[in-house]
Formats: sequence, C-alpha cells, structure tokens
Amino acid sequence: MTERPWDDIPGTILFDARQSRAGFHLNQFCMSLMKADNRTAFKADERAYLDRWPMTEAQKNAVLDRDWNGMLALGGNIYFTSKIAATDGLSFQQIAAIMSGVTQPEYAAMMLAGGRSIVGNRSRKEQARG
Amino acid sequence: MARITAGVATSHVPAIGAALDNGKAGDAYWAPLFAGYEASKAWIAAEKPDVILLVYNDHASAFSLELIPTFAIGCAERFQPADEGWGPRPVPVVEGHPELAWHLAESLILDEFDMTIVNRMDVDHGLTVPLSLMFGQPDAWPCKVIPLAVNVVQYPPPTGNRCLKLGQAIRRAVESFPEDLKVVVFGTGGMSHQLQGPRAGLINAEFDNAFLDRLVADPEGQAAVPHLDYVREAGSEGIELVMWLVMRGALDREVRVAHRFYHVPASNTAVGHLILENPSA
Repeated sequence: MTERPWDDIPGTILFDARQSRAGFHLNQFCMSLMKADNRTAFKADERAYLDRWPMTEAQKNAVLDRDWNGMLALGGNIYFTSKIAATDGLSFQQIAAIMSGVTQPEYAAMMLAGGRSIVGNRSRKEQARG
Repeated sequence: MARITAGVATSHVPAIGAALDNGKAGDAYWAPLFAGYEASKAWIAAEKPDVILLVYNDHASAFSLELIPTFAIGCAERFQPADEGWGPRPVPVVEGHPELAWHLAESLILDEFDMTIVNRMDVDHGLTVPLSLMFGQPDAWPCKVIPLAVNVVQYPPPTGNRCLKLGQAIRRAVESFPEDLKVVVFGTGGMSHQLQGPRAGLINAEFDNAFLDRLVADPEGQAAVPHLDYVREAGSEGIELVMWLVMRGALDREVRVAHRFYHVPASNTAVGHLILENPSA
C-alpha cells in the first residue's frame, strides 16, 4: 500500500480516505448506538446485532473483543468507536488508557503530570534511529 | 450595520461540560480550569453580544459518515443539545438567528465560499461547552447563536489558509447586514490532544503556546502551517485548531489581547483560551 506522509507518525492512525472507505459500515454500526433501543438490542445479543451490518468478520471480532486499536486499524474512527465505550459505560479516558497499554490510574497520572511528551513521539523514522 | 467586536477562542472538551453538569466544577481537579474563565464570564457579561457565530466541529453526533460537509452553517430557529450517548447535556436550547444566518450563507456563497445550509441539526459538546465556559449555567443563553460546523473528523479538514479566508469573508458578510447587531465570533477546539491509539494523551505545551502567540501576531504565518505539522506536533485531534483561524480572520489585523489562559489537563486534552478585541469596533 502506498506510504503516506502521516504513516510516519507513531501510534496514530489518521482517518483518511483509505480508513474511511474500509470502516464505513463499522462506523455506521457505531453511530446506530446513539439510539437507546439499538443499545439494548446490541447488548442483548452482540453477534446477532453485528450481523445486521455488512461488516467484515475481522471488524465484527474486533468489536466483540473490544479491541479498540484493532477497530481503528480496520477503519474505525475514535469518535464513532467511543459510542461502543459509552454503551459499555466506559469513559473516553478509560479507553485511551487501554489503547495506550496502561491502567486508567497510570494514564490519569500521566495526564496530571503534563501528558505524554512529544519528545520521542514525533516520527517512526526518528524512533528507529534511536 | 452589524459589526464584529471581538473573538473568543477556547477548547471544547466534553469532560468540562460533564464536570459542570455534575456539580464537580469546585473539585480540586477542575477548579483551576474554571478559575481561568472567571475573567471571561465578566468580560462577556460586559460585552453583551447580540449574536455569537460559533465555529466548532460536530463529533459524529449530527453528521455520520453519510454526509460530511466541510463548512456547514446552521440557519434554523433553534438547535437542541445532542444526545451523545449519555443523554443530552442539561443546558438551554440554543436559539439561532435565522435572518443573519441566511444572510451569511447567501453572502458567503456569492463570495465563493460554498457553504452547506443546515435547517435541522442537534448541537453537541463542541458547541455547548464553550457557551457553558463563557456563561456558566443560566436558564437561557443570553444571546442568539449561529453554529458554523467545520469538518475536522474526516481527513483532510479545510486548510488553515482557507479557514482564515473564511473568517475574512464572514466579516464582510456581517458588515453588509443592515441591522445594528453586535457579533462575537468563537473559534473552538484544540489545543494539543490525541484521543486514539498508543500515542493517546499526547500534549505539546510548547506547540500550543507558540500557536497562541502566532495566532495573535502572525495569523497569515500560522495559516500556512500544513496539516501534517498539527497532527505530528499537536496530536491527531489537535488539528481542530484550524477552526481558531476562522475566528482570527474575522478580526482586525492588529488585535487587543483581553485575556489568555492555558491549562493542562482536562481529561485527555490541553485547554487554551483567548479573548481578542477589535480595536476598530
């Protein structure tokens, strides 16, 4: 696949045309969770609810596994996938902690200390050079 | 004649709205943030705008992936607070100003800015949190509000330069409206933040403060900064900052800084805030 300039930014998936096309049905499924009746139907039988959407098997499994980074890789957008988090009763900060591989208290402490530093987080090429 | 007297820039973090709505504004975590807006509340109470033109972005609340307008102007009589998954925020209904909004839409389109006209739209935290920060918790918002939604969710958002020029066109349009109205333009979103992936939690205070300096002193220079720099330096969601350039473009070249505030963190995000006054107004 063609390398794009933003592919060099570490730990980041830009929601570009490629991601948007791949994730259309996944994101529209997420959008459906804004209605209380749909949230109830999803929670009652997640697999059956997902089967109503023409999503790929990998996308469905990422949702079932709550693989938040996996959903993004498969075309999910964070403002859409966070609607699954809301359905689960999770806050934005809780899923941010999961996506960055730390506990929520560790993540909250990092934010209170000024957040994740930009130093060392600008570029994959820079990281590879060390 | 209508005129633009000032601009307000502020972050619009949803957790700020939740803190206010749930009575946590006095908590140790939130108090320093709300303290930074005390002067702003006094300022806007004295300023008494008739209309706020509020530049913000929708976060998959009103617009799904079915339709992604780059610039959308709300021309309705009123806008309901959106249910973002936790029920709508307990804030007043947003009263629009259809007459001015339609005038802006017509003027901007004929001025070669191809606006999307929106006659029904719920407004999410991107619009209501800035109102809460500036006005607190009134029973009704004290002025009319025209929403101007900018796409920053689907890459690419409009360029910084396009946003600055839209602001300039908004000024021309406002000044051709015959009624004597005082208009304040809000630019919202940012500052540095990333909500997704392993780099979530990114904050770049140096970038943010340089942005605040340059937005005031060198808007054309800031408008030339490419998207990639925002994404790399300020995080994937930090690109919301281009919306501040719409506000800046609507003001005089030289502005008076009435207030400036910066705070980390609000949940996942760095909060920045400016009040800029038009000396000519």
